[in-house]
Amino acid sequence: MTQILQLLMHPLVHLLVALIALLTFIALNGLILVYVERKVAGFIQRRPGPFEVGPHGLLQPLADALKLVGKQLVMPREADRILFWAAPLLSFTPVAICLLPIPFGPHLLGLNVNLGVLLVLAFSGLNVLALCLAGWGSNNKYALLGAARAVAQSVAYEIPLLLSVLCVAFTCGSLNFVDITASQTTHGLLSWNVFSQPLAFLIFFVSALAETNRAPFDLPEAESELTAGFHTEYSGMGFGLFFLAEYSYMIVVCAVASVLFLGGWSGPFFSGHWWMLGKIYALILIMMWFRWTYPRVRFDQLLNICWKWLIPLSLINLLGTALIINLVR
Amino acid sequence: MATIQKTLKGLWSLIVGLKVTGKEFCRPWITVHYPRQEVTNLDSYRGHIDLVPVSANPLKPLCIVCRRCEEICPSGCIHIEGHMPGEEKEAPVRQLLLISNVLLPHSAAREPVCATDKTLRVLDGFTLNYNLCSLCGLCVQNCPVSSLTFSQDVYLAGASRKDFELDLLQRLKGRAGSAKLKHAA
Amino acid sequence: MLDKPSFSLNGDYYSSRFSELGKGEGDTLILNLGPQHPSTHGVLRVIVELDGEYVRRAEPVLGYIHRMHEKMGEVKTYVQYLPNMGRVDYLHALAWNWAYVGAVEKLMGLEVPSRAEYIRVITCELNRISSHLLWWGAYVLDLGGFTPILYAFDDREMLMDILQIPTGSRLTYCYYRFGGVSADLSETFLTQTRSFIERFKTRIPMYHDLVTENMILRGRCEDIGALPVEMARRYGATGPVLRGSGVAYDVRRMEPYSVYDQFEFDIPVGKNGDAMDRYDVRMAELKQSIRIIEQALNRIPDGPFINPDLPDRILPPKGEVYFAVEGARGKIGVYLLSDGSARPYRLKLRAPGFSNLHVFAELAQGTILADAVSILGSLDLVIPEIDR
Repeated sequence: MTQILQLLMHPLVHLLVALIALLTFIALNGLILVYVERKVAGFIQRRPGPFEVGPHGLLQPLADALKLVGKQLVMPREADRILFWAAPLLSFTPVAICLLPIPFGPHLLGLNVNLGVLLVLAFSGLNVLALCLAGWGSNNKYALLGAARAVAQSVAYEIPLLLSVLCVAFTCGSLNFVDITASQTTHGLLSWNVFSQPLAFLIFFVSALAETNRAPFDLPEAESELTAGFHTEYSGMGFGLFFLAEYSYMIVVCAVASVLFLGGWSGPFFSGHWWMLGKIYALILIMMWFRWTYPRVRFDQLLNICWKWLIPLSLINLLGTALIINLVR
Repeated sequence: MATIQKTLKGLWSLIVGLKVTGKEFCRPWITVHYPRQEVTNLDSYRGHIDLVPVSANPLKPLCIVCRRCEEICPSGCIHIEGHMPGEEKEAPVRQLLLISNVLLPHSAAREPVCATDKTLRVLDGFTLNYNLCSLCGLCVQNCPVSSLTFSQDVYLAGASRKDFELDLLQRLKGRAGSAKLKHAA
Repeated sequence: MLDKPSFSLNGDYYSSRFSELGKGEGDTLILNLGPQHPSTHGVLRVIVELDGEYVRRAEPVLGYIHRMHEKMGEVKTYVQYLPNMGRVDYLHALAWNWAYVGAVEKLMGLEVPSRAEYIRVITCELNRISSHLLWWGAYVLDLGGFTPILYAFDDREMLMDILQIPTGSRLTYCYYRFGGVSADLSETFLTQTRSFIERFKTRIPMYHDLVTENMILRGRCEDIGALPVEMARRYGATGPVLRGSGVAYDVRRMEPYSVYDQFEFDIPVGKNGDAMDRYDVRMAELKQSIRIIEQALNRIPDGPFINPDLPDRILPPKGEVYFAVEGARGKIGVYLLSDGSARPYRLKLRAPGFSNLHVFAELAQGTILADAVSILGSLDLVIPEIDR
């Protein structure tokens, strides 16, 4: 009996359980977010949104998922078979790993990693490779153009993302998400990093929008110009995986933003995973709000924003943070 | 300095935009949620044409089989069959000069022609090929006895073109029948 | 140096040079924009030769929705041709209606009673507002903003309901007749129009807040596709495309027809001729249309809504006539050549979009693909009108 218990306490079993739980979380969230996005879009546009499938359209995402799974997997003739099918898998798989080091509650942690921030940033960078493979492997001019844009955009915006995260790491002194959360529980609401690093929060949010290809930075998927960008040739589950990956990366960046800037699972009256989920969803709702309000930013303007505004601002922020910390010490 | 001012003004415009959509998010739907709701302004809508019955006899149309509507229709979607009583069904005599006519609208200076005492020809069939109709209204306006009117049939759906080849005489008889039933009840 | 585009009748540039191209011409990519579009241009195919992101050459290919309206003009009688005009450019159908009935009235010397003229002005301006609203929504949709088109459609639905009362249709109106209009305006129409105008005056500021002042939109439209006046003249561009470049040419002012000389309205012009100027001109025209409608509603006289002394037969005398009106897209012209019979001998339709479209081929050279899409949207093209 004790041997079984010892086996269950083994860290690998813990990791396995965490991975399964996270995959379920991601899948459920995919369904929920698709529904919420369409409903939010509908209400902003003064119309109901999905309504027919299930009460108030609640089963719509399930119907969409079933439809996508049931479709034929088509590949263009001259497409590179390995690259074509590797791309959606590569896009979707790192998401579970990205969510592992993030504490969802005081005792809900997949893996306590001292370099949690680095882990998340490294694995979310694999998405760039997936886009590249999708565009090249499709043997399609539109896909190639879309992939080229997406790669340039993602690579450019990783820098301000990283720099703004570094500011938080400087103030907190650690790259471990658990320590960062703990450092924000000292004085209640006011110790949240968003109050001590507002510029870093804004830069992080904007870079996150660009990293996940969300409007107003969704030029790689610009429908009116390039059909569908890098995922033009994908239908059925290939497209489904890209779609799911996009929403999952939204969750990842919002989760990272909540932990880094909004105090993670800490909250006023009770601490716990509900606060964490609430913060994640609030940030996601703001992302959706942005999508349905703004037109698309042109590609060179997008890169200009990154190079001429975000990087200098985040560098100044970083230097300022370093200076203030040294003065305080 | 000017660029910074311009940028701040631009950022403020982004927030104003968010306020607009945020406000619209909280306001009610403006779409008519068919089939739970239906549109309410159909009385002026031009649906397909229907025959108007004589006031004394709901089964008899006002039509005097002059074929003006058939000739003036730009799409050729009206087919009329009629005959003189006592004769076989005749092939229509096309009066080509008629088709450049334009008659004034009903309410203008035209006296309504009473159909019952002057009608000689009998209407045997009046088919409308609604697939081709462009709802221009030339047939309705050029009928000398005002025997055509627009219906308000909006919620039409069919599975083939045949569903839209409407037999207006039968529709008239059907309406008379249901009116009689309603009257009897 | 980029060479000026030239067009031939042997098909498009690329099909006729299929064997030569691709043999070490450089690293250009030939791409089709269309003919199926995710946005509402219509069936326009633009063959674009891209050097990376830069457009080296853009060539519009027309004809995907050629419906032979001019041939139908020779086969149908004058009265039978009326419903065709609502379908040439269905967004400003009443202007095309007006151009045709105006041409026949001019040739035959038919008088139009003044109440009918006022009714035509009111309905045509309402239709112009609805056309500009759809252009606005579709343009922002092209640029990636998905919401404003639905707000525009809210207003358009009200306009369609209002215009349904006299005409019976929501889009492809067949309302004008020779010598007047086909039905009078009812009290419901007048009340609903007045309340629409009051509501619309509060909606225009909302549109400006959401879209016009938006930094992202300004970045997509300012300094894009500057059209010099000399180029506009060469191509024969009219309407907001020409007025955006600074030329105050409006058919309602320059060659006034009907009762337009009795109304006070301004002609908005732009300065540089870029996409933002064309956008601003159209938004300002919305306000001017409202002004015209208000003046017309206050001054509409009583009387017949159609000439009571129309001849029995619409048989224009032998001769030719050209009649032009100001449509939402520019100068709509109808050239009618009659040989005295029941059908026109030749009916030529001058679509403003045809001249406006070919400006695009020259403007898009050297720009980025995203800018080319923005220029195309700012020209307000309706392809069914261009192909007729």
